[in-house]
Amino acid sequence: MASASSFSATKFTQPLPLNGTTSRSHDKHQSFFDPLRTTPSSSSFLGSTRKLRLSSASKLKLLANPNRRSAVVAVSDVVKEKKAKSTTNLLITKEEGLVVYEDMILGRAFEDMCAQMYYRGKMFGFVHLYNGQEAVSTGFIKLLKREDSVVSTYRDHVHALSKGVPARAVMSELFGKTTGCCRGQGGSMHMFSKEHNLIGGFAFIGEGIPVATGAAFSSKYRREVLKEADCDHVTLAFFGDGTCNNGQFFECLNMAALWKLPIVFVVENNLWAIGMSHMRATSDPEIWKKGPAFGMPGVHVDGMDVLKVREVAKEAIGRARRGEGPTLVECETYRFRGHSLADPDELRDPAEKAHYAARDPITALKKYMIENSLASEAELKAIEKKIDEVVEDAVEFADESPHPSRSQLLENVFADPKGFGIGPDGRYRCEDPKFTEGTAHV
Amino acid sequence: MTVRDALNTALDEEMSADPKVFLMGEEVGEYQGAYKITKGLLDKYGPERVLDTPITEAGFTGIGVGAAYHGLKPVIEFMTFNFSMQAIDHIINSAAKSNYMSAGQMSVPIVFRGPNGAASGVGAQHSHCYAVWYASCPGLKVLAPYSSEDARGLLKAAIRDPDPVVFLENELLYGETFPVSAEVLDSSFCLPIGKAKIEKEGKDVTITAFSKMVGYALKAAEILAKDGISAEVINLRSIRPLDRNTINASVRKTNRLVTVEEGFPQHGVGAEICASVVEESFGYLDAPVERIAGADVPMPYAANLERLAVPQVEDISRNHLISGISEMYMWDPCYYWGGTAH
Repeated sequence: MASASSFSATKFTQPLPLNGTTSRSHDKHQSFFDPLRTTPSSSSFLGSTRKLRLSSASKLKLLANPNRRSAVVAVSDVVKEKKAKSTTNLLITKEEGLVVYEDMILGRAFEDMCAQMYYRGKMFGFVHLYNGQEAVSTGFIKLLKREDSVVSTYRDHVHALSKGVPARAVMSELFGKTTGCCRGQGGSMHMFSKEHNLIGGFAFIGEGIPVATGAAFSSKYRREVLKEADCDHVTLAFFGDGTCNNGQFFECLNMAALWKLPIVFVVENNLWAIGMSHMRATSDPEIWKKGPAFGMPGVHVDGMDVLKVREVAKEAIGRARRGEGPTLVECETYRFRGHSLADPDELRDPAEKAHYAARDPITALKKYMIENSLASEAELKAIEKKIDEVVEDAVEFADESPHPSRSQLLENVFADPKGFGIGPDGRYRCEDPKFTEGTAHV
Repeated sequence: MTVRDALNTALDEEMSADPKVFLMGEEVGEYQGAYKITKGLLDKYGPERVLDTPITEAGFTGIGVGAAYHGLKPVIEFMTFNFSMQAIDHIINSAAKSNYMSAGQMSVPIVFRGPNGAASGVGAQHSHCYAVWYASCPGLKVLAPYSSEDARGLLKAAIRDPDPVVFLENELLYGETFPVSAEVLDSSFCLPIGKAKIEKEGKDVTITAFSKMVGYALKAAEILAKDGISAEVINLRSIRPLDRNTINASVRKTNRLVTVEEGFPQHGVGAEICASVVEESFGYLDAPVERIAGADVPMPYAANLERLAVPQVEDISRNHLISGISEMYMWDPCYYWGGTAH
């Protein structure tokens, strides 16, 4: 990963004027939703943006390459600075490294197992796998607290796992079993876990962005209006490059910046919206640039490098938690499989696939940890073995779990099981003299 | 009390009672509401709870839904329900379905409110009735108040409800005054969702209506009374759940049914009511059921055409089923669908 080309001058590790006491205390005196709030143009984020703009001519040439391989912009400056300043010279501790490695292995092994189970007919419908993008999910979500929220897309299994939803519950959901995290009522594209603050699972492009923005809004509302002083919860909105051409993306960047909401917009730019190349779909393919356009920092990071993603994620999540507003992070990544398991994946150039396969984020982390003596080959092997067992166990558990009972069909239409849902007899419960007894179990 | 004041006081009282309730929409704050429904609320509750949004229906509706996932109780105002089309993905997919998809983990206590249906002279894109659109979707509750009592009781019920509620107001009713009892004015007043109200009892024919058409049905009933016909008028109040019991009990008494709505005839509220009555009370019917509905055309602009395109009082009172006049009136759906006059 040390070979990633350096381009960006984003200087997260430098003290940002934005984070300074002066700036923050000034903000305190401002109205919560002050529309006149000025953009902190002195931010070095934005400073870096200007630098990037100056070199846009040469950059665009690079971007004209449909494979965009040479345009991978990284935050290697951050890395270099860290190396220079840090006494240990390392980007991660052993403990952190092992957690990160385990989570990425879990994501990969789980999805590989999903493919097997799909082809064996154990799961059905649309199943979108995450292989190749693990550095993004792990790099961001493992930095969150349980109270923080994650809003995902139809490619949501691994986000759920990173957020702590047990592999058993996710696999059972995919098998359509009653032990699934949504009792088999959600399915592959609709993972929810209230306990883990995973709030979907949205199957439509752009649909999750306003919902995530609303979750961030509620954190701010709880702190400012309901006076829950310790509510510093952050929301991460994950979505892809294709979504960045959808209006809801722009609407929410605007409102999140306007109201300074604690959210990070995480673009998983895997270069392809099903069969539509990002280069063929987007007038200016540098998505991160849209952040500064709305008055928030925009950052591009090598999404195949979990350590770089972590550095960027730490800063962005920290900004949100400190009440300094949203950040747009473009993670350049790649999916190793087709759009879904039903996608023959014929449009992507084999050379492009090979290029990114060689940059496998898991292999890269493994190499880093071993080269820096953070872990031995044996330790990592032990993690892989443990995860294989976890995934095997999840499959066994899902396979043995019962299908939802017939009575479950009509439950959960409404929040109150004693409310106005439809009873087993097909009539509205409020029409049934006994409806106050309730029949649904949640 | 006007319907406008009824809605305003209901919002005020519920915001006062529960700090989790907040308003969001276009012009709800400094402008005091496009139709002044939110008048005074910005001053009272501040910009943190009365949020003027940019013109971004998909964005702010989704934000409301996300806030509701996290336990807040948003009231989203559409300047008109016609604009809810820009946000229907969030009403249907993010709000209505989440409780089910999450197996009861994510309830969505949110209210979508605003004027619905035909106003006056605003053309096809601002005159659509969306009652049946939302009423066909499981997971939503759809309410349509007529009087000030309805407006207060149903809006308070909607805000307190743990599920997404589509609350369909009518611009032309906002300024109308209705007498209200002391009970209605009490801050604890609330109406049950899913229950219709018999506005006027009668024995010869049942007329169902909602929103503005309740007033027309009551006027038609007065005219019919002069001819010795006793009409029972049912104010549906709730389009979903639909109070099938009250409707069927009434039809079993009167043996005749006329449904009235401003929306289009095909797959309309009347169609659903007729189906329910045919299924449950077929043997009690002495005559075919009749639907009175808006003309099956996009709303024309010209005032005379617009008047022809929505039901009028005389269309109800002169309906051949009720009055015994043998000729078919233009409100018979066959007229529109067949395209030929009788």
